[in-house]
Amino acid sequence: MTPRAATEQTFLERFFARNRGPLLVSPAILVLVLMNIFPLLWSFGLSFYNYRANRMKEPVFIWFDNYAKVLSDPVVWSRFQTTAVFVAISVLLQLLVGFLLALMFEKRFPGRRVLLMLVLTPMMLSFVAVGAFFRYYYEPTFGLLSQAVKAITGEPFIVLQTPVGAIGAIIFADVWMWSPFVMLLVLAGLVSVPKHLYEAAEIDRASWWRRFRTITFPYIRGLLLLAVLFRTIETFKLFDAVFLITEGGPGTSTETIGVYVYRVAFQYFRTGESAALGYILLFAVVVLTNLYLFFVQRRAKEV
Amino acid sequence: MIFRRKREIGKAGLGRTAFATVISLIYFFPVLWIILTAFKSYADALAIPPKFIFEPTLENFYSVFSRSYSAGAEAVDTGFDLFFFNSIFIAGASVLLALIIGTVAAYGFSRHPLKGNDTYMFIILTTRMLPPIIVIIPIFLMFRVTGFAGTYHGMILLYSAFNLPFTIWMMKSFFDELPREVEDAARMDGSSEWRIFFKICLPQVKAGIAATAVFGLILTWNEYLFSLLLGGRDVRTIPVAMAQTIGGDIGVRWGLLAAIETLFLIPVVLVTFLLQNQFLRGVTFGTIKR
Repeated sequence: MTPRAATEQTFLERFFARNRGPLLVSPAILVLVLMNIFPLLWSFGLSFYNYRANRMKEPVFIWFDNYAKVLSDPVVWSRFQTTAVFVAISVLLQLLVGFLLALMFEKRFPGRRVLLMLVLTPMMLSFVAVGAFFRYYYEPTFGLLSQAVKAITGEPFIVLQTPVGAIGAIIFADVWMWSPFVMLLVLAGLVSVPKHLYEAAEIDRASWWRRFRTITFPYIRGLLLLAVLFRTIETFKLFDAVFLITEGGPGTSTETIGVYVYRVAFQYFRTGESAALGYILLFAVVVLTNLYLFFVQRRAKEV
Repeated sequence: MIFRRKREIGKAGLGRTAFATVISLIYFFPVLWIILTAFKSYADALAIPPKFIFEPTLENFYSVFSRSYSAGAEAVDTGFDLFFFNSIFIAGASVLLALIIGTVAAYGFSRHPLKGNDTYMFIILTTRMLPPIIVIIPIFLMFRVTGFAGTYHGMILLYSAFNLPFTIWMMKSFFDELPREVEDAARMDGSSEWRIFFKICLPQVKAGIAATAVFGLILTWNEYLFSLLLGGRDVRTIPVAMAQTIGGDIGVRWGLLAAIETLFLIPVVLVTFLLQNQFLRGVTFGTIKR
């Protein structure tokens, strides 16, 4: 810029030119601070108070008592265990099913695009809708799945009655919904494998397993890891599906930590305690998100 | 060996099509069955064994909007027309708002990075990943004090903030992909920054804006927890109304439930087909491009 041009600029123009970055992002930051950051800080404050949102009583500052109470509560630990079971089994099955689906769609064939969209549909649907129709399929007398099982075994199939059955039923719905997510990531990895490697392997007459282990797997490894992390974060927060299919029952056998926090906050109205528990969850999610972005960036450098 | 054509790598034939069609249809079956059930009469929906062939009827779709709550009583308005309007209006307005603010911010993050740009982007993603309950409690209290609970402007503000992190990450990933040579050349020619943004960058990310909008609309359309806790009857959206219907008066009127779900799902299934090339980016919030 010539010195003459600089003098012709008004003060405002110079201000805009110097602060272009901050000015562009400020409206977004403003909304996020108002609707996310400020509530987060408020929650953090609440977690140190004995406070119930449905009472008029003044909040009492109690230091770390909420955290101590939550962390020493056996109920909380059992909810964490339930959640861990859901995360472990569900993510593992999603990986398996997603991987098999990806292998099916790996090569090009007529009609591939349309069929791919059919398989991708479930994850675009709402948890409420998925929960509602699986509830309908599990219904003991008229449910489609119950009738199918009854036709095979001859026994009435009341899957939501037992803890194991209820956990399985929710995992089944969750895996159905989210396996396509894993499939998408694996497919992205499969597409990135250079074709000439396969040609070389064909000349060497390498076995399918050897080809997979030495050529394919290194290319999808990074994406598989990202899939696991992403799905772990999301399954960790599992709420809607449980809430709609079993409402946490029978008993409390399917009550995940997500459902439990909801109950503490909006059914028992132990607001301070729920904020403390929320912050413990937040910590776990922040660690996992950090890890996820670390691997995203590492992969971006490799590609 | 002469007769065996060399198989082309990366291509499979019609055999694969047949196999994949069967598997895909089984996979899609739960959705298909709901749509079929929506067209069944009360008796057909409860038939044992399930009926695959039946006389289709539209009575369920009428009952979604107006039905009698007890035998013999006069049919009354269920309010679902309002709930559909709410869902469309709130999703549309909040996605539009998030898109305007978010695209500008994404352009800023991409082209005029701040100090600690990555940290900002990380915090923005975290606000999306965190367990929603933790921000809902204070927002619940905020809305109670300001009277925003159960109002359109409250819900639109809420969902704009809900969509914003996603929009910023998506749009930044699109801006990052644009070649900078064109912009630099335009700058050399003396184009103003406004011109560069509106005439050079925005037209190139048109497809990205469309994909982001569609994803945002689906995410907002599907959202349940915020609407359940912070909405009221006047601004109730379909997911909440649907969940209440299931828990309430509907009993075993599966056809009716299926009709509500069909009306709710069809838009999503249709627009899903528009997303083909941006699917991966969309479901990973723009963190993975391909």
